[in-house]
Amino acid sequence: MADVTFTVDGKKLTAPAGTLLIDACKAAGIEVPAFCYYPGLSLQAACRMCVVRLEKVPKLQTACTTTVAEGMVVYTETDEIKQARKATIELLLGNHPLDCPVCDAGGECELQDMTFKYGAGESKYVEIKQHREEQQWSPVVYFDRPRCILCYRCVRVCGEGMDVWALGVENRGVSSVIAPNGGDHLNCEECGMCIDICPVGALTSGTYRYKTRPWEMNHVGTVCTHCGDGCKTTLGVRAVNDGVEIIRGDNRDKSGINGDFLCIKGRYAFDFANNQERLTKPLVRQADGKLASVNWEHAIDFAAQRLKEVRGSRGGKAIGVIGSNRTTNEENYLLQKFARTVLGTNNIDHHRTADYAAFTAALQGRADREASLRDFASAPAILLLGNDPTEQHPALAWQIRTNVRLNRARLYVANHAEIKLRRQAKAAVTIPQIGYASFVEYLSGNDGVFAGNANTSAFRDSVRKEESLLIVFGSEFRGRDIASLVQFGLSLPNVKFACLGDYANSRGAADMGVLPDLLPGYVPVSAPAHFAEEYGSALPTEPGFDMVEMFDAATRGDLSALYVVGSNPVARYGMDASALKNTFLIVQDMFLTETAVLADVIFPSANLYEKAGTATNTYGDLQLVKKAADKAGVRTDFELIVRLAEKMGTHPKNLVPFGKGVRADFGQSRGVQSGEADRHAVWLAANDLEPKLSPFDPFAIFDEIQRLVPAYNVPRLNLLAGNDEHLKSELVQIDTNATRRDLVLPSQDGLYTSGTLGNYSAKLKEVVASHTTMNATETAAD
Amino acid sequence: MATEKTTIFSPELAARFDKLVTLYPVRRSALVPMLLYAQDEVGYISTAVIAEVAERIGIRENDVQSVLSYYSMLRTKPAGKYNVQVCTNISCMVCDGYKILEHCKKRLGIGHKEVTSDGLFSLEEVECIGACCWAPAIQINYDFYDELTPEKMDQILDDYKAGRGKETV
Ligand code: SF4
Ligand code: SF4
Ligand code: SF4
Ligand code: FES
Ligand code: FES
Repeated sequence: MADVTFTVDGKKLTAPAGTLLIDACKAAGIEVPAFCYYPGLSLQAACRMCVVRLEKVPKLQTACTTTVAEGMVVYTETDEIKQARKATIELLLGNHPLDCPVCDAGGECELQDMTFKYGAGESKYVEIKQHREEQQWSPVVYFDRPRCILCYRCVRVCGEGMDVWALGVENRGVSSVIAPNGGDHLNCEECGMCIDICPVGALTSGTYRYKTRPWEMNHVGTVCTHCGDGCKTTLGVRAVNDGVEIIRGDNRDKSGINGDFLCIKGRYAFDFANNQERLTKPLVRQADGKLASVNWEHAIDFAAQRLKEVRGSRGGKAIGVIGSNRTTNEENYLLQKFARTVLGTNNIDHHRTADYAAFTAALQGRADREASLRDFASAPAILLLGNDPTEQHPALAWQIRTNVRLNRARLYVANHAEIKLRRQAKAAVTIPQIGYASFVEYLSGNDGVFAGNANTSAFRDSVRKEESLLIVFGSEFRGRDIASLVQFGLSLPNVKFACLGDYANSRGAADMGVLPDLLPGYVPVSAPAHFAEEYGSALPTEPGFDMVEMFDAATRGDLSALYVVGSNPVARYGMDASALKNTFLIVQDMFLTETAVLADVIFPSANLYEKAGTATNTYGDLQLVKKAADKAGVRTDFELIVRLAEKMGTHPKNLVPFGKGVRADFGQSRGVQSGEADRHAVWLAANDLEPKLSPFDPFAIFDEIQRLVPAYNVPRLNLLAGNDEHLKSELVQIDTNATRRDLVLPSQDGLYTSGTLGNYSAKLKEVVASHTTMNATETAAD
Repeated sequence: MATEKTTIFSPELAARFDKLVTLYPVRRSALVPMLLYAQDEVGYISTAVIAEVAERIGIRENDVQSVLSYYSMLRTKPAGKYNVQVCTNISCMVCDGYKILEHCKKRLGIGHKEVTSDGLFSLEEVECIGACCWAPAIQINYDFYDELTPEKMDQILDDYKAGRGKETV
């Protein structure tokens, strides 16, 4: 819309006509206070904090509902306005318990801030306050009614944002209360968005309430360890006896690809780290067949000697390596480098939940064809094939809903199930579970393979008329089907794609070459190109065993040792435990998983919240992982791989390029002012020149990744600042003709499960249990 | 839609609702009139009414609950056969409306929003019913009685009790 010019507090401002005055002011650095206004949600105009004076208008007006107009003259902070806001606060405080000293929101409360600013310290209200006890609405949501200021943010975020509509307002005037849909409890998706968005301490979180004061935590921005969406999360942590524990997860600063969104897993399911069953000492199987704790030195040495023996006697071919979907890119890279250069084997794989290799091959060399998670919030049209994002990719579902709501994006859904996102769809078709590939052919114009009807043909017509489209697909598509889908997409103008895989760094595992036939960047092992030279040892060029072949080989007695890092193939990939009877098994994990119980050596490892590095979400958004928590006794997978290699006789420098290439600069070149030091550090970081003095510094490996994997050579400064950088996938050189065995096995995780990790999250289990019992009682009552 | 619906309402009311939801730009605009009509037919807004109204409009039950709880004229418990609504708003208050209310309380032996044990009468204190010129006024179901005195009130209640009252719903 055309720009209009208006005056606020004597300043001439310009903004597109139709802009809300409150937003226009904010953009110009003029803060108009607000409780009920929340960008992206419907307008409520309930709180009257944002009142401003418009010239020629008799009464004060709400800036959150007034749109700017040509020639408008506005005052935002006169005595009259201050008085009005003060009066509003006085009314809000009329029945407010003022229990700030124990309130979770204390120190982060918008009501406190406003009271501080406008002052309503003394109250004219003398009646006795109406007290209500705090209520528990679900395992994660608590409600403290007297603290509520009735801004309706929670109601709107749950309804409009989550499309759950679990919260409502009951009664009227002074008796109004926020009420949950189950009468005295919530039947909802337990995302905690309502708690997060509450400006006061009325809605509080089951994991955080009464645990600490906000200013007594440290806050670390990192990446969620659960699904493939890779939400940015800010973890609130504090020191405890055995390390540093996480007590809160949110993204209140809206800094990442997910804005302020987090689902239940990102917000609450960090508690696995403190599970009683967490391993904190290395275990080695003794002569009596039992596992006993030993010291690190002994455990690593023991494992290394056995690996060395096998390598010496039977060669690398008799050793297998299984990597993880939740370790960092650096760890994945390092693991495959360790497998190939130290163990001398290509027998390396991971639990694949999406066929990234086929996807990459299909997109070969094309720039700007891969959609970022960000793109889903602004694309004019989206075609969703398969998957159920509400359950499996909550952040994607959030982006899509937001886009449909705010920009009227057109969503097309083709699915075999009645997925919830159909509610946002402009058109939806039901197709057979095995019919995805033929449906794509149908979309391309081939009527012979799919029994269409009027509905499907209208669907096809609309999709093909789109001038800019995102195509996002689930694990229903693999191999050749992905190629045909991409081919169809490329026949339309301006199409971008996204391939949905299941875990935090599944994409990174594939990109970093945790595969039997591909090196990092999908370079084939048979033609290792620059890797041969870089790795400086004779690389095995025969493709190795994949996951299934490794277990087959073990059954045959051809796999003498297996090194499993952060993976549980026995439970999650359905592998046969008895296959490993005669295989020396090393497992690196947090827990005694179904796989770990079989091990001869177990190394207790750190999780994604306890280490640094980078991770790549399923859309190819690269983000920084920062160390937030710590647990005494455990070590990062990175460190363990290096130590194992060292004990096998490989100098760490052959694995991790630390302390070489650049000379460390300890600030000799730094100026005298204190500000100078920071600029210096920033400059070093931006130019990859920070000294890496430790063999356990993941950034030394990140340097190598950026050097050897062109798609990952993204500008670093933005990444280090905590932002996402999209991979340059067009730089991937992959053999497009190779056919690969289909080993994709989706995780089958929903909102409340998260692979093996989920089994150790008490909060997730509690939520599942509460849903089961509630549903049972409700059915019984029907 | 031509599909056969099972409904808790009479065929006439169901047909009226079918039409009502199509009359407004958004379906939920039909919510308040539907609740009022449903209350007239069923006597109060039961959970079954909430469920069916929500279903007909395509909103959630707690959404209906939110609107329902906003309006004091929508009730969630059965009223008496004759619902005596005594106005105590300004004009009636000035003209001794409270005396009428107190009198009714005594006569019927029930308080605000209560029902007599035989289910015949219920009593409610209400805001202005638009009969200020003839205050104090009351309304029994949909019928008005005004310029009241305790004696006139006794007569009216006696008439209703004896089955001589007006029989609108
Ligand atoms: S936790 Fe999420 S789904 Fe549940 S009431 Fe709050 S916003 Fe709604
Ligand atoms: S509970 Fe919080 S977010 Fe919801 S209306 Fe009350 S103050 Fe606002
Ligand atoms: S959507 Fe995925 S990445 Fe985001 S918070 Fe939930 S589990 Fe974590
Ligand atoms: S922010 Fe404008 S009325 Fe609440
Ligand atoms: S005040 Fe009683 S009818 Fe208007």
